[in-house]
Amino acid sequence: MATRLKDTDVVVIGLGAAGGVAVLPLAQAGLDVIGLEAGGAMTRRDFAPDEIRNNVRGWPMLASHKTNDEAPTFRATASQPAIRGGHPMMNAIGGTSLHYWAQHWRLNPWDFKVVSETTRRYGASRLPKGSTVEDWPFGYEELEPYYEKIEYELGVSGVAGNLNGRKDPRGNIFEGPRRKDYPMPPLRWTAFHERMADAARTLGWHPFPGPAAINSRSYQNRSGCMYHGFCNTGGCHVDAKNSTAVTTIPRAQATGRFTSVTGATVTQINVDAQGRASGVTYLRNNEEFFQPAKVVLLSTFAYENVRLLLLSTSKAFPRGLSNNHGQVGRHYFSHHQGAPVTALFPFKVGAWYGLPAQGVAIDDWADDNFDHGGHDFIGGANLWAMSDRRPIAAAGMNTFGRARSWGSEWKAFIKENADRAHSSYIQKTTLPYEENYLDLDPVEKDPLGRPVIRITGEYKDNERRIAAFSQDRMEEWYRAAGAIAVTRGPVGGPMTASTHAYGGTRMGDNAETNVVNRWGLSHEVPNLGILGGSVMGTSGARNPTHTVQALAWRTADYVVRAWKTLT
Amino acid sequence: MADEQSRVISRRELLRNAGLAGAAAVAGPLAGGPESAEAAQQVASTAAAPTVRREALEHLPAAEADLLDAVLDRLIPSDEHGPGAREARVIHYIDRALGGALASSRPAYLAGLAALNQYARSARGKGFLELANADRDAILIDVESGRATGFADGSARFFAMVLAHARQGMFGDPYYGGNANFVGWDLLGYPGIRTMVTAADQKAYEAGTLQPSRRSAYDYDTFNKATASAAPHAHGDASDGDQA
Ligand SMILES: Cc1cc2nc3c(=O)[nH]c(=O)nc-3n(C[C@H](O)[C@H](O)[C@H](O)COP(=O)(O)OP(=O)(O)OC[C@H]3O[C@@H](n4cnc5c(N)ncnc54)[C@H](O)[C@@H]3O)c2cc1C
Repeated sequence: MATRLKDTDVVVIGLGAAGGVAVLPLAQAGLDVIGLEAGGAMTRRDFAPDEIRNNVRGWPMLASHKTNDEAPTFRATASQPAIRGGHPMMNAIGGTSLHYWAQHWRLNPWDFKVVSETTRRYGASRLPKGSTVEDWPFGYEELEPYYEKIEYELGVSGVAGNLNGRKDPRGNIFEGPRRKDYPMPPLRWTAFHERMADAARTLGWHPFPGPAAINSRSYQNRSGCMYHGFCNTGGCHVDAKNSTAVTTIPRAQATGRFTSVTGATVTQINVDAQGRASGVTYLRNNEEFFQPAKVVLLSTFAYENVRLLLLSTSKAFPRGLSNNHGQVGRHYFSHHQGAPVTALFPFKVGAWYGLPAQGVAIDDWADDNFDHGGHDFIGGANLWAMSDRRPIAAAGMNTFGRARSWGSEWKAFIKENADRAHSSYIQKTTLPYEENYLDLDPVEKDPLGRPVIRITGEYKDNERRIAAFSQDRMEEWYRAAGAIAVTRGPVGGPMTASTHAYGGTRMGDNAETNVVNRWGLSHEVPNLGILGGSVMGTSGARNPTHTVQALAWRTADYVVRAWKTLT
Repeated sequence: MADEQSRVISRRELLRNAGLAGAAAVAGPLAGGPESAEAAQQVASTAAAPTVRREALEHLPAAEADLLDAVLDRLIPSDEHGPGAREARVIHYIDRALGGALASSRPAYLAGLAALNQYARSARGKGFLELANADRDAILIDVESGRATGFADGSARFFAMVLAHARQGMFGDPYYGGNANFVGWDLLGYPGIRTMVTAADQKAYEAGTLQPSRRSAYDYDTFNKATASAAPHAHGDASDGDQA
């Protein structure tokens, strides 16, 4: 029998990038908030620049490897067997914001209106067949103040490209209008970044430094970035990476209204006789507790968000919580993060030091920033040339057909070229399709004996065409910068467990096709909110976390405003 | 340069391992055994060759250790491009990890090394250690491509595992027992672990004047060593993917 704990106003499940943001506006408004986090806590002393521990062995000292122990299975289509993979998210206070790359992008206005804008400009026939994409229930303008809030509360470095409609070529001229510039200037550029920017300009493109949730100088009494490397899947030893563990969570704690509980794995969201959420059940040190709450916010990343809902069955919700319309798990997609382009230069790139959030971005080929009249796809890609190199990974570099991957020839090759290669990061529009979805795996279980999530999904024609098109652009860019050899990764394939997972609990006004309403609250369970990429119906051509956090703040804000009607 | 490095190491190791020098020459039985007496002989002759001397290993029997040592020497040879797996003590990294983070790979090593030797015999009529370098490479190419027979999970898988661990031992932090004297980082031209890299440092690197730091991450007091030696999580090696 679960031990019943003292009532609270709001319980937040998962204190990562999303949940860790939501607790602050709630606590600041005077609500009593309890955050349940499956992992433990880490400090800057745990963030050694150690490639074996961080990148190769996947953080062996974590208190919990929940994300990996319950990693989803995947298959391209429903007729294939599903395979189990891994999942590199973090289980700790701060969640994956501790060791993510911290590129911190706003979506562009087009991403909120893919259906109406495509129809308006090219006709409805250009919407890919089988896609279930919808316009968001609101536009970019609605989220703009929350983007700004996150940029200032957490700290984001960058340079505005569109300040109140005034374009500034130092920033991204394709971005939506912003009311304020970033609170910090962009991270510095290396000689290679300058070279790439120059090359882009010769092609007539518009290079700019990408936005980063990393301090470019000291901010809120935390240090500026030390550029020491090891930021990719590593935590920050000087707290210059603005994870929720060093920003919003401690500030929420300081209000005296917020309590975090570590080592608490939520297994069920409970409902009362009226079908309202009554609280959550969790396991801690093998003991079961019931935490009653007036409002429940679910922020455990897309796969666990969906899994917890599907496993929280009751009389009122026999197919899983908030799933009486059968929408939980639908409209799933993940960014097509593969299909990179790698180039070899006849000089050193200088990437040993620095970080993947530092570099040159090109938005000319993203979204609808170019005319798609002559193309057979919609959407596009953001091209990103960053700094990121670690010794073990570098030794595994592509040898461009010039040597096998071991032996004397290989040694000579890496001796000359370890710092002469560069790999792009290309973020591409991915859409939801009828055939791509999440459900519970009928066979595979986690260590508690509960089914893991099964991904059924593959990148369709639209995504593959974007990938091929953007590889062409990337190669063009590398060649313009002096590359002497270029290779490309394969395009398409099944959707494996992703760090950029979208949908599954999509947001929209129509309860027949969406799980949460425009405020992020369940259509079916009025006092249940869902936070994370799982509510996003489009991905744009950029990393999700800024949007995830802006939405989380907005949902929390709404809970405060609507408290009387919700409870 | 290469010679200088190996001399430094062998002197240090001689001091540390005085009395253990013979350990490598005592061959344990190879899994699958009839050839073990022969193997012991080959091992003795290889061990007598003037190479960098090995530290005592704790998790690999001597005969397997000698085979692995010979394989690693072909994967990352000591040659005119600089020190290799032997100078870096890659085998020491692997041996130590087999008692900890990579313990689940130990059976794959023992079975794979036995299969490698067996395959060398069936393909070339000699044990792997008796072959000249060019033949050893030919065998390894078969193993890499998956063509070599006698491997329970396929030879390509065994090869990929050894190569991955070899790179970890060569290029990982010396804290884990490999990359001795930073030879791996020197080979790559990686100027080492720093906790701060200023714009001036970056420029110095670009100009080729930044001096290597030659420190392990755990030589910096800032970092908690306890966390590095923690047990690995259930799924073993995490993939070093490119997801952001
Ligand atoms: C290496 C890497 C690089 C990345 N780089 C970028 C980038 O540059 N830019 C970007 O925008 N995004 C990036 N991402 C993605 C980014 O990390 C995610 O978008 C973001 O963390 C999602 O926030 P979240 O709160 O949904 O999930 P998380 O931050 O993962 O937080 C979820 C939290 O919930 C906890 N939890 C899970 N289940 C339970 C349960 N049952 N009970 C209690 N607690 C639970 C987890 O322990 C975790 O702390 C990257 C990810 C990785 C892995």
